[in-house]
Amino acid sequence: MSGFLDWPAYRSTVLRAPKRPFVALPLRLADTGGPVLGESRVGPLDNDLTRQHDGEPLGERIIVHGRVLDTGGRPIPHTLVEVWQANAAGRYAHHVDRHPAPLDPNFSGAGRFLTDADGAYRFVTIKPGAYPWRNHDNAWRPAHIHFSVFGRSFTQRLVTQMYFPGDPLFGQDPIFNAVRDPAARARMIAAFDLESTEPEWALAYRFDVVLQATPFEEAP
Amino acid sequence: MNPTPSQTVGPYFAVMLPWDRSEELGTELWLRGTLYDGRSEPVADGVLEVWDASSGGFGRCRTTVDGEYAFRFDRPGPIGAQAPHLAVSVFARGLLDRVVTRVYFPDEPGNTTDPVLSAIPDTAVRETLVAREDDDGYRFDIHLQGPHETAFFELV
Repeated sequence: MSGFLDWPAYRSTVLRAPKRPFVALPLRLADTGGPVLGESRVGPLDNDLTRQHDGEPLGERIIVHGRVLDTGGRPIPHTLVEVWQANAAGRYAHHVDRHPAPLDPNFSGAGRFLTDADGAYRFVTIKPGAYPWRNHDNAWRPAHIHFSVFGRSFTQRLVTQMYFPGDPLFGQDPIFNAVRDPAARARMIAAFDLESTEPEWALAYRFDVVLQATPFEEAP
Repeated sequence: MNPTPSQTVGPYFAVMLPWDRSEELGTELWLRGTLYDGRSEPVADGVLEVWDASSGGFGRCRTTVDGEYAFRFDRPGPIGAQAPHLAVSVFARGLLDRVVTRVYFPDEPGNTTDPVLSAIPDTAVRETLVAREDDDGYRFDIHLQGPHETAFFELV
């Protein structure tokens, strides 16, 4: 049903969420396969958002890593992942963002990379800041990194947001809470990963992205 | 394993990750259209992705301030019993997940027997999936809501 898109607490849904029931598309008729978006889409510094300018960005340097899998637990190798985020002060590097927090000339906040043969990925960035938005009185987004993942098939395409553990803003954020099931919400929160930190250099977080399985693709 | 939930792309997807459009769906024709909200206002911060499963062509395009998008494409082929069509994902601020629709072509005799189109009983709903002919291709407007709301699919 289209009903799950209806979530007036997030005001932008009101005129944009479809109202009619979705048309059922049997899986056997779905458009499968997906674009091969390989190395040509990824630049050498696209997986290190702290090295895209002459100087280093301000903020807390972090490593984010994990795997892209399907619900069958199978890794999804060589798939394109795109990330974008605000800077440490909670400001996106774009004129559309009017939040009066400082821009960082050394931080663009966008990255791209491919998963490896085991579906694993790793990138380096700055921990994004929380920021206010005008959705409701005193509304603030919890710190998050946007993830866009292609997977193997059109049916697997996913765009989501990765959050940080223990964020005090979760309770009042209608976007985070648009996922009604608390267990599902928890799957959007990265785990602090002491093992993967780099001493004297950066803290680490682990975030696995699980895409819907594509039964067709399993056929030989 | 349980799937990671979807979240809205928010307002910055298109502007933060500009898409190199050198590889597209072809060069033969244009597919153009406008993305509208429930008040028939253009959606200026939308992103469309088009997938041609018959050829493996893929394109991404952001909407303009007037809500317009445009793709170059080659005419898709049939897929089994399905008439030629393009699969379209729409992403935008205010959409908690992408919505998925299809573009069919008005001059395709195969439309009448297409298993997806012919399973939609309401003619007006079915017609929202069929593009209109235009000078150099086709026009396919997308209405997220309202009396002309486009048919969107869910996999079952």
